[in-house]
Formats: sequence, structure tokens, C-alpha cells
Amino acid sequence: MSYINEVKFKFNHLNLLEAKKIIKKYPKKFSRSALLPFLYLAQVQLDGWLNKSAIEYISKYLKIPLINVYEVASFYHMFNLNKVGRHCVNVCTTTPCWLKGSDLILKKFEKDLKIKTDNVTNDGEFSLHEVECLGACIDAPVIKINNNYYENLKLEDIKKIIKNIKK
Amino acid sequence: MLKHEDHIFTNLNGYNSFKLNDAKSRGCWDNTKKYIQRGSKWIINEIRLSDLRGRGGAGFPTGLKWSFIPEKSKLPKYLIVNADESEPGTCKDRDIIRHEPHKLIEGSLLSAFAIGAHVCYVYIRGEFYNEANILQNAIDEAYKDGLIGKNSCNSGWSFDIYLHRGAGAYIAGEETALLESLEGKKAQPRLKPPFPAIVGLYGCPTIVNNVETIAVVPDILNRGSTWFSSLGKPNNTGSKIFCISGHVNKPCNVEEELGIPLKELIEERAGGVIGGWNNLLAVIPGGTSVPLLPKKICNNVHMDFDSLNKVNSSLGTAGVIVMNKSTDLVQAITRISRFYKKESCGQCTPCREGAGWMWRVMERFCNGKGTVDEIDTLYEVSKEVEGHTICALGDAAAAPIQGLIKNFRHLIVQKIQRNNNVKKKVA
Repeated sequence: MSYINEVKFKFNHLNLLEAKKIIKKYPKKFSRSALLPFLYLAQVQLDGWLNKSAIEYISKYLKIPLINVYEVASFYHMFNLNKVGRHCVNVCTTTPCWLKGSDLILKKFEKDLKIKTDNVTNDGEFSLHEVECLGACIDAPVIKINNNYYENLKLEDIKKIIKNIKK
Repeated sequence: MLKHEDHIFTNLNGYNSFKLNDAKSRGCWDNTKKYIQRGSKWIINEIRLSDLRGRGGAGFPTGLKWSFIPEKSKLPKYLIVNADESEPGTCKDRDIIRHEPHKLIEGSLLSAFAIGAHVCYVYIRGEFYNEANILQNAIDEAYKDGLIGKNSCNSGWSFDIYLHRGAGAYIAGEETALLESLEGKKAQPRLKPPFPAIVGLYGCPTIVNNVETIAVVPDILNRGSTWFSSLGKPNNTGSKIFCISGHVNKPCNVEEELGIPLKELIEERAGGVIGGWNNLLAVIPGGTSVPLLPKKICNNVHMDFDSLNKVNSSLGTAGVIVMNKSTDLVQAITRISRFYKKESCGQCTPCREGAGWMWRVMERFCNGKGTVDEIDTLYEVSKEVEGHTICALGDAAAAPIQGLIKNFRHLIVQKIQRNNNVKKKVA
């Protein structure tokens, strides 16, 4: 986690309303259930990753010890505790996708984005990650960029995808 | 082959819209009120007579599971739909949620009523963002139409359904880990007993069922338990969605009767193996957690729980991964090992340490390093991991490796020998 240049985190107006809605889903005594959705909200507000300040804020909001929020944030793969690109490219390389050539897809992304896996481009636009099964095996190979799946991917599609996102 | 009129998921491929009107024209929400009026005992009995077995992997009889709920308990009861579909090779729940969400919602209402629950949580995996939006959209439609809510379908039963998104943890698909995750904790499985049906979510009686299990409930009630149990084989009744991926010409999700021959499933429904049936090397029949089957068994094995158990494999989630002779099988299994190493929750030592150790040894084999004796050591260690953990992830990490060593030991030996020959030449 980064400790430098942190601005105090606070949910913005829309997220505060959303947070109130979320907390209503769970019984009053068990508001801790809202932890995952809250971390997710914070992550979206912070452009894809969680800083220390956000974790402290949520811990105070839900009245949970800080360590418990941190252990949850570090347990789940979808929470990023380090800075990621604005567009997070997740390439699935588990067996069904691997059978369909996901290794080549990953290499092609490394070449086109000019970064190694788990790195962010200099302009902060893209980051590349290798992930496990995304659960769309019949459409392998599959990648996920932020919230969207790109299925039945061919090597020649990759340039187009990057270009479209850059626009 | 499953007859056209016997299909439950008629919009599995998404040719029609998921919206309420279209869903109604496909027969959703037709007689929901009538079934609720017949009472919960009737519903549980119908499900029990249909011999429906859970579609999430373990194949536990659903009617029996529901009957474990203590009737007299004063605590609130919960129904949880497990949509944390992460088993590699499986993608059926995603298509049910995308294209048939109303089947799932109607099924949740009927199942929740049967076990006496007023609240249902759908735990959907975090990666399925768009799918979650579609499901939320369908839930909103159902609320608006009065199908669920304070007075569901005018039956007087109050029923609320909430969506809870996960955050990317394979292990959250295990039912007790799912409960932990839903309570806002790390997804680490609980010790059983007590089973969730007695002490589950927030300490209350809870039933956790897979998406497909819940989604077939309305059709079983509509067409009767005898219809459902007439499909498939005794003790393995009904139809099931198979996900066929890997080296086939047309990878697809297809609904078929349980007990269909594997060869027919691949050749006729998935367009055949790339390069023809003779080019087949091995098949993983039920998601990566089960041992693989070599071609000679694939020739005449049937796809149901009991037949696959007989050949030392398992139906699991029915995610069929087909591999033809172009596959480096050792590498394929190594990828699976890496998956379990990454996804181990770290709670039990045999799995946390073992999964990583097995992966590292497999990586060595991939590069032709190691000795032939190490193959036996690996097998022994995998036996030590299996069955010594709280949940089944340890078994799942061991099974693919055991399957490989039992059926394709010669491939590993070949790799090692080839590497040794190269070394000798260089020396």
C-alpha cells in the first residue's frame, strides 16, 4: 500500500446514497456484510485501486477493526492495493483458455502495450494482469477489461481493442 | 438425445430477450401462485420424488437437503443461490443468469417458500458485472410486476431477493466459505458439522443451492416429478447443462439428459474433436477438480454421477474440457495446479503448502527436470493432501495430478528422459 500523497478518502455524494441502499440489504446487526460492496464502491471511486485512507474510512463507517477490513481487501483478487491502469486488462490463462492459445494473447498484449505483466503503462492508461478462470470457457480465449468481457478473441483483434479504448 | 419439448432452458443461447414479457411467453411465472397455495410440504415432496441432485458439483439430493431445515426454529431462515461460478471449464450459470434470469427468480421464490425463508441472497461472482446488472434488472421487473415482494404473486408470502457481488475468490463457491464471504469476512470454509441447514448465515438455518438447481425447480413443479425422473437414469435423473470447451469444433453450452454417452455429446453436440475422434487425447469430464479420462475410457463412458464415479472420476459441474493430441498434457495439468495454488485460501496447512509444492514439482516436470522417482513422491504427497483439509479444495488440487500420473505417467517420464538426453549430448 502506498502512504505518500494521500488525500483523505470520503465517499462522494452518489456513493453515499448507494452505500445507504446497500446497507439496507442486510439485517441491522450484521452491517459487516456490506464490507465487500463498500470496498468495491471505494475502488471504483479511486479509479481501480484502494489506498490506506479508503480502508480506514470504511473501517470507521462500518465500525469494523481496521485489520479486518485490510485482511478482506488483501484476500480477494479483485481488490487492488497497488495502483493499476485506468483500463485493467485481465487475460485468463487457466487451462480451457490456455488450450485455445491464451499465452499468445498475453504476449501480444505485452508487445502492443510495451509493458510486462503486472505493470502499468507510463501514461497510466493500461495495466496488464494474468488472471485465473473468468468463467466463460466456451468462448475461450477470454479477456476482461474493467467490467467487460472480450470473448472468442483473435490475435488480430487486440490492436483494434486497444485503439478503440484509447479513443 | 433430449427431445425438443423436454428442454428446460429454452433460451439458453440467448436468441430471445431475457425480459419479463418474453420470459412469460416461455412459460415462466405461470402457476407460481398455485404451487405456493399447495404448501411447502408438497413442493419439497415433489422435488424429492424427482430425485433432483444438486448441480453445483457434489450431487447431493436437493429434496433431502431442504428437509434438513428445522421447521420449529424461531430464527429467520435464508436461501442462498450460489452463483459464484469459478470452476474452470464451467460457464452454465452465466448463461442462465444472462438469458433466463426469470427462471432463477421464480425458482428462488418457490424454493424459499418451501424452506420457509423470506429472504434470498444471490451471491454472484464479482467478475460477472454485466450479468449482475441483467439479473438486477430482472429482479426489478419482478418487483414491479408484484411477482416478488411483500405479497409475492398475490399469495400473501413476503419474499425479498438481494444480489451480493463477490470479489474474485474461487473458494467462495464452497458453501460455508460463501457464508463467511457474505458476512463480510475472508472466504475461508467452516468446519462441518454443524451444517448450514442448522447453523448457516448469521447463525440461522440456511440452504445454499447452485443456480441451475434452483432454476429447474419451477419446471419440475410445472411438468411433474415423474416427468423429470423419467429423464436420464435411475438415481441420476433429469437433464443437465454441459459446458463443452477446449479442442472441439463448436464449443457450447448444451442441455442434455444425464447419462448421455460422452462420445455422442462431443461428436454430435459440440461439432466433434478438432482433427476427428481419433485425434482425442483426454477429456476432463467435470471441471478441473476431477481426474482426467484417457481416450480409451472416453470411447464408451456415460455422463452421469454414478457412471463417472465408477471410472474413478466425477461429474462435478459437467464442464467438459476436451484435449486433442496437440496438447502438452503435463503443461495443461500444471496450469490447473497453478490455479489451485493461487486459489487456496490458506487455512489448512496440507492444502496451502501442498498445492504450492505440487505446482512447483509439476513445473519442474514440464521443463524435463527432476527424476523418475519424484513422480511417485508427487503421487504420495497428493494422497497426503487429499482428504486432510476442511473443504474439498485439497482434494481438487490433488485429483488432476493423480489422474495424470495414473493414466499418462509415460508422458512425464518421456519429458524427463528427453531432457536428460539433451544434457548428455551437451556434456
